[in-house]
Amino acid sequence: MDFLTLRGIHHTYFTKTSAVTALNNISLDVQEGEFVSFLGPSGCGKTTLLSIIAGLIEPSEGQIALEGRPVKEAADKTGYMLQQDYLFPWKTIEENIFLGLKISGTLNDTRKKEVLSLLGQMGLGNVDSLYPKQLSGGMRQRVALVRTLATEPKLLMLDEPFSALDYQTKLKLEDLVANTFKAFGKTAILVTHDIGEAVAMSDRIFLFSPRPGRLHKTFVIPEELRDLSPFNARNHPLYNELFQTIWKELESLEPEEN
Amino acid sequence: MNQKKTDLLHEQYLKTLSRERKIIRMYQLLIFISFFGLWEVSSQQRWIDPLLFSSPSKIWNLLIDKTLDGSLAVNLGVTLAETVLGFILGTLLGTVLAGLLWWSPMLSRILDPYLVVLNSMPKVALGPILIVALGTNLTSIVAMGAIISIIITTIVVYTAFKEVDPNYLKVLQTFGATRTQCFREAILPASFPTIISTLKVNVGLSWVGVIVGEFLVSARGLGYMIIYGFQVFNFTLVFLSLFVIAVFATLMYQLVELLERKLIKSNQ
Repeated sequence: MDFLTLRGIHHTYFTKTSAVTALNNISLDVQEGEFVSFLGPSGCGKTTLLSIIAGLIEPSEGQIALEGRPVKEAADKTGYMLQQDYLFPWKTIEENIFLGLKISGTLNDTRKKEVLSLLGQMGLGNVDSLYPKQLSGGMRQRVALVRTLATEPKLLMLDEPFSALDYQTKLKLEDLVANTFKAFGKTAILVTHDIGEAVAMSDRIFLFSPRPGRLHKTFVIPEELRDLSPFNARNHPLYNELFQTIWKELESLEPEEN
Repeated sequence: MNQKKTDLLHEQYLKTLSRERKIIRMYQLLIFISFFGLWEVSSQQRWIDPLLFSSPSKIWNLLIDKTLDGSLAVNLGVTLAETVLGFILGTLLGTVLAGLLWWSPMLSRILDPYLVVLNSMPKVALGPILIVALGTNLTSIVAMGAIISIIITTIVVYTAFKEVDPNYLKVLQTFGATRTQCFREAILPASFPTIISTLKVNVGLSWVGVIVGEFLVSARGLGYMIIYGFQVFNFTLVFLSLFVIAVFATLMYQLVELLERKLIKSNQ
């Protein structure tokens, strides 16, 4: 059975003056342990789709199931990372990473120890009593990653989590995230408009076309690239080849521009 | 540039700063002394009517008298207690009301026109009704001190609640948080600076409410001293009350500012 299944997802946003269709007939499957990317220009509804998968919004039409259960009931199985870290500035790092456990009422000493040791594994020992303001952007995003992983979700959703970082930090974090997810056997969906990031990190790429958002094409990343860390994948000859293919495909989606 | 030269420049910079500070202090003192000096002299030389405008020395002597016979302390204590109570009650109730409005967007839409009307209305005009309803006692004066700041606190704090970055709520919702949890973990702490700054406004407002309340009840307190002095044509008493009010209102404001600095610091 597929881990995550989407069948005929439609979504329309209503305002007083108009009804905008954000997603049109999206059907796709994600296997357990897979890392997939939603790639596409702005306006293709990829963040909307992610919010639907996370159970934050109800689709106008269509079915969606995580391990055969509706996503609304599976909130404890999913984790979500936003564009910026959104660490709570009035909470210490420790309070921030325990937030999910506190909300679900599963905070106990064993879990505390595990989460703190995870923070250490991310290279962030001895920061637990600091406030987010005292950390750099890359460190904060790593804390946000720990906060997301703390509730032990099976499916992780990343909404352009590296877009607000400088290039060097972004490359380092890509490696860290990819290695961590692989080590814990997590399933992940990455939303991005960065072709290189999608190619370097994913096992499969879903390319979306805009207005209304539709699934345009699926790319399967070759085995050679998948086995490499994102940083090393970027240096592989196949990387450039794929980058060019996807680039051309994206260009063909926007004939009206340029 | 070598270290020695940098140090020298830094020293010069610090000297400039301290000189500026001295100049400012000097002018502040000058204004103070000339105002009271001129007042004293014009009163003694009869340039102004000493019966109406009194004089600093008379006020000072009255201050000593009233302190010694203990009546000032009693009146001051009453007014301070009323103001502090009214101020805390107003801020608390206003914040609770704002929480309710945030909780139910429907309620907030329904109550919107009433809030606008209540906010525009001069609250002290409710004084006579309050006194009839609650009696000529401390309760009605505290109610005046509170009612004057409730609505504006509600509006300001509710706006702050609404302006909290929705992404903090999104983080909480992905963890399956309930509305209560969202309020406790994000909305309330994120709005803390706004709540503290309404405290500063409410200090001033509560003084207005309480003094007007004491005018009306005319039994005890600094407001009573003013109205009494006015009725028996003892303007030295009126001025004395005014100065005491000025001093203690400032002190209260400074206390709130101190509290603000402490809370905001622990917040960062």
